[in-house]
Amino acid sequence: MAKIVLENLGHSYLPNPKGEHDFALKPVNLTWQDGKTYALLGPSGCGKTTMLNIISGLVPPSHGRLLFDDQDVTKVPTSARNIAQVFQFPVIYSTKTVRQNLAFPLECRGMAPAKIKQRVAEVATLLDLDYALDMPARKLSADQKQLISLGRGLVREDVSAILLDEPLTVIDPQMKFMLRRKLREINRQTGMTMILVTHDQSEAMSFADEIVVMKDGLLQQSGTPEELFSRPQNDFVGYFIGSPPMNMITLEPNLGLLCTAALNLTKPLPLESNATVYQMGIRPEHIVMAAKETNSIGMGKIIKIEHLGVDGIVTLELPTGVVIKAKTRKHTEMNVGNTMGISVCDEDALLYIDGTLSSSSR
Amino acid sequence: MLQIDHLTTADAKVSLDDVSFLFEAGNIYTILGRTGAGKTELLRALMGLNPLTDGEVKLDKENITKRPIRDRNMSLVYQQFINYPHLSVLDNVAFPLRRQGKKKAQAQALASTMLGTVGLGDFLHRRPSQLSGGQQQRVALARAMVKQSSILMLDEPLANLDYKLREQLREEFPRLVSDNEESVILYTTTEPREAMELGNTMIVMHDGKIIASGAPADLFANPPTKDTASVISDPPISFISGFVSNKTLYFGEGQIAPSDGLQLPPDGPVTIALRPNAIERGGDFSAKIGLSEFSGSQTIIHLDFAFGRAIMMVDGIEAFNSGDDLRISIQAEQMMLFAPDGRNITIRDNQDG
Repeated sequence: MAKIVLENLGHSYLPNPKGEHDFALKPVNLTWQDGKTYALLGPSGCGKTTMLNIISGLVPPSHGRLLFDDQDVTKVPTSARNIAQVFQFPVIYSTKTVRQNLAFPLECRGMAPAKIKQRVAEVATLLDLDYALDMPARKLSADQKQLISLGRGLVREDVSAILLDEPLTVIDPQMKFMLRRKLREINRQTGMTMILVTHDQSEAMSFADEIVVMKDGLLQQSGTPEELFSRPQNDFVGYFIGSPPMNMITLEPNLGLLCTAALNLTKPLPLESNATVYQMGIRPEHIVMAAKETNSIGMGKIIKIEHLGVDGIVTLELPTGVVIKAKTRKHTEMNVGNTMGISVCDEDALLYIDGTLSSSSR
Repeated sequence: MLQIDHLTTADAKVSLDDVSFLFEAGNIYTILGRTGAGKTELLRALMGLNPLTDGEVKLDKENITKRPIRDRNMSLVYQQFINYPHLSVLDNVAFPLRRQGKKKAQAQALASTMLGTVGLGDFLHRRPSQLSGGQQQRVALARAMVKQSSILMLDEPLANLDYKLREQLREEFPRLVSDNEESVILYTTTEPREAMELGNTMIVMHDGKIIASGAPADLFANPPTKDTASVISDPPISFISGFVSNKTLYFGEGQIAPSDGLQLPPDGPVTIALRPNAIERGGDFSAKIGLSEFSGSQTIIHLDFAFGRAIMMVDGIEAFNSGDDLRISIQAEQMMLFAPDGRNITIRDNQDG
């Protein structure tokens, strides 16, 4: 088990990188505490897999250092790093039983048979797979197979961290829920650091104590799910975290204030600002709709209602043609064409200046 | 109009079991089911790719069961992005038209228009490999749509795309397929939210059968069976065993009288189904917190009761410690009841509800 430090760590696949754009991972400084859960989140090509491969030792970084418990492991080969990895597709020996699958990594290390038996039993209990120990691994469902892949890493007692590379991709939605819970329980019971790579923001939010959001090889924001949701540091994080994305409404400077004709909501114009774009960012979850105009900051006409089950997404057109989305559980009581009063708490309306969260909104 | 009667297959993996349905032109049908429910097998049987042991496929009342694939006037988009790597984007989309015998100039003109609809007007002369995953899938979609087939089938078309790209294409989907408004559109997915958002009609499959169909919001509110409720609920629905005796519903240490917005069935065992909105904080029941997860502006709490597990959601962001006890109440007007054979036997009491 280990604290992991990325010290000015970066990687370029080119021999002589000229500028920033030659880096698949632009140099970054991060510290991950022992025993916590982390998610590396971003779209395809954002550098998250490069970062994971550097940590596992599959890619030697071109710049910076990687430390496990203050030991420099930058040049240490994968086999000596004590990392367990789970991939997108289950990697199991399908002709072996579950028991044989779990025992194999220990047999390879020459552990005594009695000790192997004990470890396999412990891990099977942790995974709730006791009952399946003598079943052929191929008979298991996709989520159980992923647990076996994880278990093959867990049986080793020397594991520093578990790296999970999009392990829930092939799992059906409802089973994802259960598997995620299992992963968190294993983290709690073993105290092992877990790092999850994913493009799915909802998966990252529910799994991780802390999320690292990346785009184009550049760290965008690192923080708790709550911080990323309520205070996205830039417009990309506002878009990428949350579904639907954060509403962005353009503001115009006017007599020391930033305003919009769409809503009766203003922000003070920052002094000495020579920015070109001012926007108000509002989460769909923070928009409250009421049939009457009481306490509202504006009116919007419902142009679309999407039923997603317990929740619904309501698309509203504001007076100047600005379109925003609101998330609600009261969607079943609303109809397209209705005009709704809109309310938003002032602290939930964030000011973005040229795409970056204003210091006044932090 | 596409009619299937008693489609049955005997494939080794998943087989269709007496599937009948009537699909009408101009409608989008989402076919929802878990992995292995028979969704892909249904599409393949319609195409004539899987041999039938029984049943008929009729297109506009004409029996096409024995007709070869190429004469069926159907298009299929797969989960994997399948394009011709050696052809330009434009020629990829023009290809099926050329094969129909259209002149090159005409085929390219139609292909170009279709690529404009899917937002690839600026990429006509690129190779598919020079596009992102989302763009490659748009090429495959354009190639399927340009033929204006009577039946357009999409087999989990967004499954291999990034979350945000999926969100964007879902939003655009009605516009993307707008040129095929005369077609029957079939769209398979494992994601309840996607099925509800995109379909006019949602079809639920389970174990090789169609187990329910209807307007998405209605099916969600009133699933006819326990299996249907299970497949269409995300977050998962929780089932708890109970029984009715002397006009009271008993479960675990709890009981609910009929005056709470729910009429009770006759005495006997029932299955109680709870969605997250049926559980609220504060009340008579004691539950242990198994895990709390944060999701956007909500906190999802996995609860362990003496009598089972359930999931509740709390608005806002709040830290809950695993292992702590939580007092909760169960909202009778939000719960559903299922008979031992799986039928939905919920009757709401409108006077109180």
